Amino acid sequence: MPILLGTRRGIGDWIASIGAILAGLAILGFGLSLAGYDAGAALVAMWHGAFGSWYALTSATLVRAIPLITIGLGIALAFRAGVFNIGAEGQFYAGAILATWTGLHLQGWPRFPAVVLVLLAGVIGGGLWSLVPAWLKRRYGVLEVISTLMLNFVAEALTSLMVQGPLQEARGAYPQSDLIVAGARLPLIGGTRVHWGFVLVLFLAALLWFLFHRTLWGFQLRATGASPRAAEVTGRINVGAVGAAALIGSGMLAGLAGSMEVSGVSYALFQSLSPGYGFTAIAVALLARLDPRAIVVTGILFAALETGGAGMQRDAGVPAVVVYVVEAVIILVVLVADAALRRPAAPVPEGAAV
Amino acid sequence: MILSEPGILALVGSFGAAAVRISSPLLIAAIGETVVERSGVINLGLEGAMLAGALAGAIGGSLEGPWFGLLLSIGAGMALMALFAAVTIWLRADQIIAGTAMTLGAVGLTGGLYRLIYGAGGVGLSLPTFQAATIPLLSSAPVLGPMLQQPAPVYLGFLSVPVVWFLLFRSRFGLALRAVGESPDGARAAGISVRWYRTWAILFGGAMGGMAGATLVLAQVGTFAERMTAGRGFVAIAIVVLGRWHPFGVFAAALLFGLLSALQFLFQASGIAIPYQWFLMLPYVLTLLALAVVRRRVAAPAALAKS
Repeated sequence: MPILLGTRRGIGDWIASIGAILAGLAILGFGLSLAGYDAGAALVAMWHGAFGSWYALTSATLVRAIPLITIGLGIALAFRAGVFNIGAEGQFYAGAILATWTGLHLQGWPRFPAVVLVLLAGVIGGGLWSLVPAWLKRRYGVLEVISTLMLNFVAEALTSLMVQGPLQEARGAYPQSDLIVAGARLPLIGGTRVHWGFVLVLFLAALLWFLFHRTLWGFQLRATGASPRAAEVTGRINVGAVGAAALIGSGMLAGLAGSMEVSGVSYALFQSLSPGYGFTAIAVALLARLDPRAIVVTGILFAALETGGAGMQRDAGVPAVVVYVVEAVIILVVLVADAALRRPAAPVPEGAAV
Repeated sequence: MILSEPGILALVGSFGAAAVRISSPLLIAAIGETVVERSGVINLGLEGAMLAGALAGAIGGSLEGPWFGLLLSIGAGMALMALFAAVTIWLRADQIIAGTAMTLGAVGLTGGLYRLIYGAGGVGLSLPTFQAATIPLLSSAPVLGPMLQQPAPVYLGFLSVPVVWFLLFRSRFGLALRAVGESPDGARAAGISVRWYRTWAILFGGAMGGMAGATLVLAQVGTFAERMTAGRGFVAIAIVVLGRWHPFGVFAAALLFGLLSALQFLFQASGIAIPYQWFLMLPYVLTLLALAVVRRRVAAPAALAKS
């Protein structure tokens, strides 16, 4: 059964999305009080950590939203075509590695072309990394779920190799790269720590929406995702090629996220550059029902959840890692609601759609 | 450096022992997942089941010893996968994404519980572990000997291979289960409850996943750490595909993965300076290559992941 086509967004979808968020927070609160924490104080601390001040909003939440939205857009691109890209984490690192290498070698370049080159390097890195599973699927029929997952581990090891080898800082003290040259850094938006990648991401969301709904390729993509068989028999859609293109595009976006993180936030490569963006972005895309416009909102929401989690740990002593439970509940509720809403009206025999 | 003959034998023996050690949690998890996939379900929550099993094993082990830990881990894996079965089989949510969510949730749940129980500092928790059990005669043999001085759960893993083979290919239950995975509509027409067979398969996979996590904690590491399974559950899924959904194939694939991973110890001992990260990548890269070769000859259960 194809998932979450997002072709029609009824009132039921909105209720389900909001219900999913509330369910996630309610289960968190319930679990925390079971564990003996002050759940109310924890949730207040979470709110403060995410939205409590101008500083929290701009310096923590929005900065963190940028990679989540970017990767989330890529996930939507792949999932819309019915391709399961679980390897965004690896594509993110591939982009970050190539971007760092580029950013270290642009001494003396003017800012604009330097930044563009660094971001392009990320796009290329992520694209190459997703080219492998796309090719393995087309040529040998290897499930992309497995190959993209496997490549996450390879990318992690490669990052570790880079920051202890070719890209390690000149001092050689820590497993991290030197800072990329100042000219290759994304400028910040007036007085905040949010870089201009945020504007780029808004533009990309609009572009992707246009692509999905106003172009022939977008139609082919959605048709492929909705029913590969039906798309194939029209004779006008090359289902395999559309899926491969979606997967590669998805990897390019994840790679772009990696390069923006290097060029706009960390200015250097290190091993834990991503705190699991590639997996959180799946929740971001799903909660948005794969709609690029909504991904901007859900990306900020999940960033708030994670920065709020850090606030919760700071102020209420609750381990930040528990926000993953909230994310998991949100995904599951959205999936179940989606399956229920799209169930055929007529009564079906047991497991008829299985 | 020239090694004497006993030196080489000892090196090969410890290399083999390392290979068996690395492969045993993978084998246990993969045998469970084989049954799950034969029923037409792919369970990306396996990583989460292993993680839950690892924590439950640590808690149980510190309370009542390793056997109790093992028991608790089986319960934890099954409990988590009962939720997966409820959501995917009974509420018809997408398997792949629901499985990913289960793993995400397990990371949060185990991380939170661990800090709640053992404190935020993450002080090295030291657990009673399974001692290596020897097999008379065989364990004192050269080369093979060190491989056969393993803790009890490893032997349980070995034992599960023929048992699951018998279950799948020589029992009525197995015939029905495979029918469910190949042709759910046909199975349904024959009066087989597709939903219940898949539910049982998923619960079995959860039990094995939990046990695999406990093996890691109680037979190898002796402590728990957040995210300690480090993707082994996902590797186990690849091993199932590599082993062509057959218990003996899965056994061979798990051992192959263990051998490839253990290569780094051999190279460390030989003194050749190659960055260790290459050896971290090697098993994944070779698994991908092997998948490309193997996939052409044997097809997956026809209804796999088509919920």
